[in-house]
Amino acid sequence: MSTTDTPAPTGAAGDGAVPPVLVRRARLLGGEETDLLLAGGRVARTGPGGSLEAPDGARVVEAAGLVALPGLVDLHTHLREPGREDAETVRTGSRAAALGGFTAVHAMANTDPVADTAGVVEQVWRLGREVGLVDVRPVGAVTVGLAGERLAELGAMATSAARVRVFSDDGRCVHDPVLMRRALEYVRSVDGVVAQHAQDPRLTEGAQMHEGVVSSVLGLRGWPAVAEEAVIARDVLLADHVGSRLHVCHVSTAGSVEILRWAKARGVDVTAEVTPHHLLLTDELVRGYDPVYKVNPPLRTRADVEALREAVADGTVDVVATDHAPHPVEDKDCEWAAAAMGMTGLETALSVVQEALVETGLLGWADVARVLSSAPARIGRLEDHGRPLAEGEPAHLVLVDPAARRPVTPEQHATQGRNSPYRGMELPGRVVATVLRGRPVVLDGALVGDEPAGAPGAS
Amino acid sequence: MASARPVLEAPEISRVLTRIAHEVLERNRGADDLVLLGIPTRGTHLARRVAERLVAAEPGAGPLEQLVGSLDVTMHRDDLRRNPVRALGRTSLPPGGVDDCVVVLVDDVLFSGRTVRAALDALSDLGRPRAVRLAVLVDRGHRQLPIRADHVGKNLPTAAEESVRVMLEEVDGRDAVLISGPDDAPEPAPEPAREQAPGAADEEGAR
Amino acid sequence: MRHLLSAADLSREDALELLDVAEEMAATQAREIKKLPTLRGRTVVNLFFEDSTRTRISFEAAAKRLSADVITFSAKGSSVSKGESLKDTALTLQAMGADAVVLRHSASGAAHRLAHAGWSGVGVLNAGDGTHEHPTQALLDAFTLRRRLAERAGGDPARVLEGARVAVVGDVLHSRVARSNVLLLETLGADVVLVAPPTLLPVGVGTWPCRTSWDLDAVLPDVDAVMVLRVQRERMGGGGFFPSAQEYTRRFGLDGRRLRLLPDHALVMHPGPMNRGLEISAEAADSPRSTIVEQVANGVAVRMAALYLLLAGEDAA
Repeated sequence: MSTTDTPAPTGAAGDGAVPPVLVRRARLLGGEETDLLLAGGRVARTGPGGSLEAPDGARVVEAAGLVALPGLVDLHTHLREPGREDAETVRTGSRAAALGGFTAVHAMANTDPVADTAGVVEQVWRLGREVGLVDVRPVGAVTVGLAGERLAELGAMATSAARVRVFSDDGRCVHDPVLMRRALEYVRSVDGVVAQHAQDPRLTEGAQMHEGVVSSVLGLRGWPAVAEEAVIARDVLLADHVGSRLHVCHVSTAGSVEILRWAKARGVDVTAEVTPHHLLLTDELVRGYDPVYKVNPPLRTRADVEALREAVADGTVDVVATDHAPHPVEDKDCEWAAAAMGMTGLETALSVVQEALVETGLLGWADVARVLSSAPARIGRLEDHGRPLAEGEPAHLVLVDPAARRPVTPEQHATQGRNSPYRGMELPGRVVATVLRGRPVVLDGALVGDEPAGAPGAS
Repeated sequence: MASARPVLEAPEISRVLTRIAHEVLERNRGADDLVLLGIPTRGTHLARRVAERLVAAEPGAGPLEQLVGSLDVTMHRDDLRRNPVRALGRTSLPPGGVDDCVVVLVDDVLFSGRTVRAALDALSDLGRPRAVRLAVLVDRGHRQLPIRADHVGKNLPTAAEESVRVMLEEVDGRDAVLISGPDDAPEPAPEPAREQAPGAADEEGAR
Repeated sequence: MRHLLSAADLSREDALELLDVAEEMAATQAREIKKLPTLRGRTVVNLFFEDSTRTRISFEAAAKRLSADVITFSAKGSSVSKGESLKDTALTLQAMGADAVVLRHSASGAAHRLAHAGWSGVGVLNAGDGTHEHPTQALLDAFTLRRRLAERAGGDPARVLEGARVAVVGDVLHSRVARSNVLLLETLGADVVLVAPPTLLPVGVGTWPCRTSWDLDAVLPDVDAVMVLRVQRERMGGGGFFPSAQEYTRRFGLDGRRLRLLPDHALVMHPGPMNRGLEISAEAADSPRSTIVEQVANGVAVRMAALYLLLAGEDAA
């Protein structure tokens, strides 16, 4: 890829001054080579590869060999701000997201203070606007302080400037069935959805890893699959009963897939996500007790991984969401039981999806656009994202080089977290460019306006 | 090991051990209070052979079990940190122990003297002998400590770089003492052997 | 041997060598002068993040009998109790010139982490990590068992434990002793059966190299030894692993009646400390077939052997 023209400054929220961009010969959803002219924040024109002329002042992006997808939408990101700026900030998380090909992320509510009021969600939303690299859509807490006792002011968060549509106590399960029922009912009035972290708290007290063969040998307290499955089963029945939408976060077991399949067949309005790591990694990795593999829900078995891949392929699981969970080094550089749970994922998600789903023949690029862009945008009611790359549509897009392969080096990531479980693995695919509302924020695999790594002399 | 040159063969070894047995008896004026302690591995077998000859020569001596034992010195060595960790040999004393006895330490090769130094230390943890003597099959010189043998099978002048190897029927399937130059490829030993580097602080070429 | 973290790290040859060295160590402990100069100049740090007077004293005695300098660091109750402090402690110990660390920690895998996280280069000896393993306990159990069975039957010491039938009874789920014993006894060719209520057997136990049973009475007549595990009272009640102490004792306690179900030669073992009247009755604990006191004595010899094999050789580069 090569570009002409000078890079625009980053960090500006306004889009008015963005010059037109001509993307040439990108393979649209992995298909035919296509030219895309982006102007005024929209896709102004499309045409067969090499057919469009660049208007005066336009930046030309040569994209031969690259796959063009609509900008990715993450339904599940932890940006840690406010409260844990030592782990991540909206700024560093936005940078990581843009480099990973995302144009919108849903920032989870388990911050400090918890995002359970209009004030906090607006603060996060505003921080996202100021950074301006991706659209940061705050997720609101379902219950006050994530305590699982009484509903937070869901309506106020929905009608705030942040326009919250996804509500989740993620990190904790809305365990009380009555409270869950009320939440499911109540969010209908704001066209919202409850994203449930399905984990029975009693069955997982002190749990450290998937309960099975490996946990028995390692002497780590087991985290049974049923602790997830039982909650999903209850929730789909509840959603059915009250006629509400339900979204299930980070599904991790074959049994969960079976329940979801049954619920969808029955007509329950349920959607579900799976993380990249649950599509690739298994509990065997825990044998070395390296806490980089400690995550909630835990890494499961090979059979679960296979079931989850098939579930994404057949649509039972709608979305791949990162559950990007950065932690400071000291929270992982310790013994297993003391370590924090979570893995980074924004900058590796697309590569892992390519490895686990595309290269295995389960998904085409159009399907990737569905599970990483259109479906999560629809679930999150982000009307402006996840749209087709067609004339008149918003100009959010990502260009991927599917032929690239590179080892994962967490130290080179833009996220503050170094807790990538893929360290040292070689993964396919590379995000070459990310365009937000017609403005390139990533070009040549680097943030626009950043000096290329290792470049001599800064101007 | 074409150039490993035998300096003693089975019949000479047998004769030498008989002589040592007689010398020990003569020095001790009989077998009373006598204990032979071999230093594992080959010293143990040599001690046993000497003891057998001693019992045969001295009607009052014996039984064998009261006369002979073994003394592992590994845990008293001063070169443990220079070598890979090694398994321990056996220490077994005659039922009467060593207090007030005359202990004859038996080893195959006397070289730097460090094994004997370790043996003296090990022995002092086990009791208080009246006297301690030293019998070796071969004395090859190059002492690094003020130690000398009381009974020597054969004095063997060697260069420091040469290696001396004692083979015994019980361990190696044949009796022989071999000497080889520094350029000779060492013969694979039938049991874990310590290669003897020039100047190594060790008596035996192999155990 | 660089570290001793798990019984699974020991091949059959390693395990037998360690037991043989322990025999020699035990012989030295019968002497008037028990101290050996072997580890003179070496520093062993006992790092105990969890109370265990018995294990700590045993390791301390073992190191001292080998003339190592011993520094004991009991972190329990001090400000260091979780997380990063293990790393900081490791760095401190490294700086102090420790050659080996004997680590007791409440977190499974702590020893593994200390050995492999790249924090320091010292040798690590696992003295119990959470509910994972306690390899020297398994070694001393095997040592005791081998000695006793050899006294009776004689034969090649390397093969005494082949085919020996051992029942391990009690809280297998939370027992590091059980895990290490299953692995080591399997390595040495013994036939292990775990006996416990289903709530105290881990999910996944079916893949372990042993059999399981819920019926102690049925198992006892066919074993050479029964190893009784400590049952912690806090596992009852709210934890709900079994209904009451009385019921546990009735179904899984080794009492006088069950003692008489054992073959004449069979041994009674317990890693200690015992809950007399809960998992084992006084009659069983004090019977002539009990090896419980012997196990403690053998613990020192086995730990001397482990320290010797870990530390006596050439310096790790």
